[in-house]
Amino acid sequence: MKIVVCVKFVPDLQSDRGFTEALTVARTSDDGVLNELDENALEFAVSLIEDQGSGDDEVIALTMGPDDAEAAVRKALQMGADRAVHVCDDAIAGSDVFGTARVLAAAIQRIGAEGAPVDLVLTGMAALDSLTSLLPTALAASLGWPQATLAIELAVDGNTVTAKRSLDGAEEIMTTTLPAVCSVTDQINEPRYPNFKAIMAAKKKSVEVLGLADLGIDPGTVGTSASWTQVVEAVATPPRAQGILVTDDGSAGANLADYLVENHLA
Amino acid sequence: MAEVLVLIDRTEDGAVRHTSLELLTLARALGEPVALWLGELGDGAKATLAEYGASAIVRPVPDVELAEFIALPHAECVVAALEDAKSRTGAPAALLLSSSFEHKEVAARVAVATGSGVVVDVSSIVPDAEGRLVAEQSAFTGSFTVRSVVVSGTPIFAVKPNSVVAEAADAATSPELVNIPVAITASAQTTRVTSRTVQPSSGRPELADASSVVVTGRGVGSDLGVVEDLADVLSAAVGSTRVVVDEGWIDHATQVGQTGVTISPKLYIGAGVSGAIHHRSGMQASQTIVAINIDPEAPIFEIADYGIVGDAATVLPQLTARLRELKA
Repeated sequence: MKIVVCVKFVPDLQSDRGFTEALTVARTSDDGVLNELDENALEFAVSLIEDQGSGDDEVIALTMGPDDAEAAVRKALQMGADRAVHVCDDAIAGSDVFGTARVLAAAIQRIGAEGAPVDLVLTGMAALDSLTSLLPTALAASLGWPQATLAIELAVDGNTVTAKRSLDGAEEIMTTTLPAVCSVTDQINEPRYPNFKAIMAAKKKSVEVLGLADLGIDPGTVGTSASWTQVVEAVATPPRAQGILVTDDGSAGANLADYLVENHLA
Repeated sequence: MAEVLVLIDRTEDGAVRHTSLELLTLARALGEPVALWLGELGDGAKATLAEYGASAIVRPVPDVELAEFIALPHAECVVAALEDAKSRTGAPAALLLSSSFEHKEVAARVAVATGSGVVVDVSSIVPDAEGRLVAEQSAFTGSFTVRSVVVSGTPIFAVKPNSVVAEAADAATSPELVNIPVAITASAQTTRVTSRTVQPSSGRPELADASSVVVTGRGVGSDLGVVEDLADVLSAAVGSTRVVVDEGWIDHATQVGQTGVTISPKLYIGAGVSGAIHHRSGMQASQTIVAINIDPEAPIFEIADYGIVGDAATVLPQLTARLRELKA
């Protein structure tokens, strides 16, 4: 089985996040990390092969991003991916989610054209920088593949994928056929911490760097200028005005009730 | 005036979701509101759409049962409606839908099929001097405000609940009913929903679009009685933090935060909630934030409009009792 796990390099949540002058998300190696929610997708892929592998299996971590994004695939390799593909090209900067999906789809097609075809593409439920959750669907659409999204449980049996999701007060079980794109939530598993041996082994694994030319993509069709949305401005939000802070002296609950009623909140 | 299509979200029993009323209100300000309805349309829902000013109700009629599928056949229905709108009245000004996971999946499929840009988690849409619709969203846990325009295809905006105050139109319309037969492609039918179980309703408002939410945190512990009593008197939804879910004290569906439900209610009350960044990014857009925590250093106090350093176990019952008294 050949599984591609898409991973994203994102600014650390605890860092001082912001935008560049070109109004794209500022990403630097200092405070960039593997998107935490992608670890669930990696964990699923690696343990699926550990449990159900046939010996002829491969888990490939795929990312698109600047040079520094190698940090994200390095972590993926430590977690057990066999090799990585990093699409890196200056022309990609500023791509919207749909441009990103086209680039990732072309990379997945290339990975599938070498040796065995790709059976399954896995992603996390969201990237913790943009939080749109649009990519899994956009990627499936670009590949022309079916999707099973936001899985809290996922099982692969031959050519059939069964996924369970829980949204909006309803629990759904769905089935689909490989090849497919599946996204998993942080409920599906507990990602492993790479041990020393895994960290050392990851150093020997290959990271293939591809440019747009390798993927047959015209640079004019991606990046900021080809994006279907355009950011007009990104401004720092003024901090919330300092609120009321009281220490309970035995009457704080009653006083809060008065406040809520006076402000028509209750 | 160009049409603004609104993909209507419905409740399990076929009524119009409150978020869709907000979208119709917003659509009226931007153009001619057209309701896009998928599935069976009852008289009650039809009357609600008329009351909120829909000039037409467009009903794509697919040749499959939509409930058996996710996203793809729905998206093909929406694409058919967009094409129909173009042939009737020209290019629509925008397609509005709600910022739920389901609607965002439909949005992404429609976008790829039609080459249209999408902005999600939109809090307002205002035309600029050139007539372009500028959508506002907040980024990085509310620390930035980002304004964007769609420059390709039909602008698709997924709008956050409680961004607009839902108001009925001055006069109810008599919307024209437009049925569009849609042949769903075979490839859109590969993923099938084989079972669907609706969890019993708590009788409280839906967490995602409730106007008041009481969130229970680690500080409240496993006995949620004080939180539920307060939620009852406020007609509020009950939310939770990740720790409370991981402890097994409450169902995951109540988790507020970046991997749970994103909320933007008029009133947020956090009881025993510390305010970790994972939680804050799911609630920072709340209009009034009240926090009760025993730890004066809890980060939630940085964003609270009204903070009480105290024990939720004693503050909440007093708050509930006094509210009952004031409302009696």
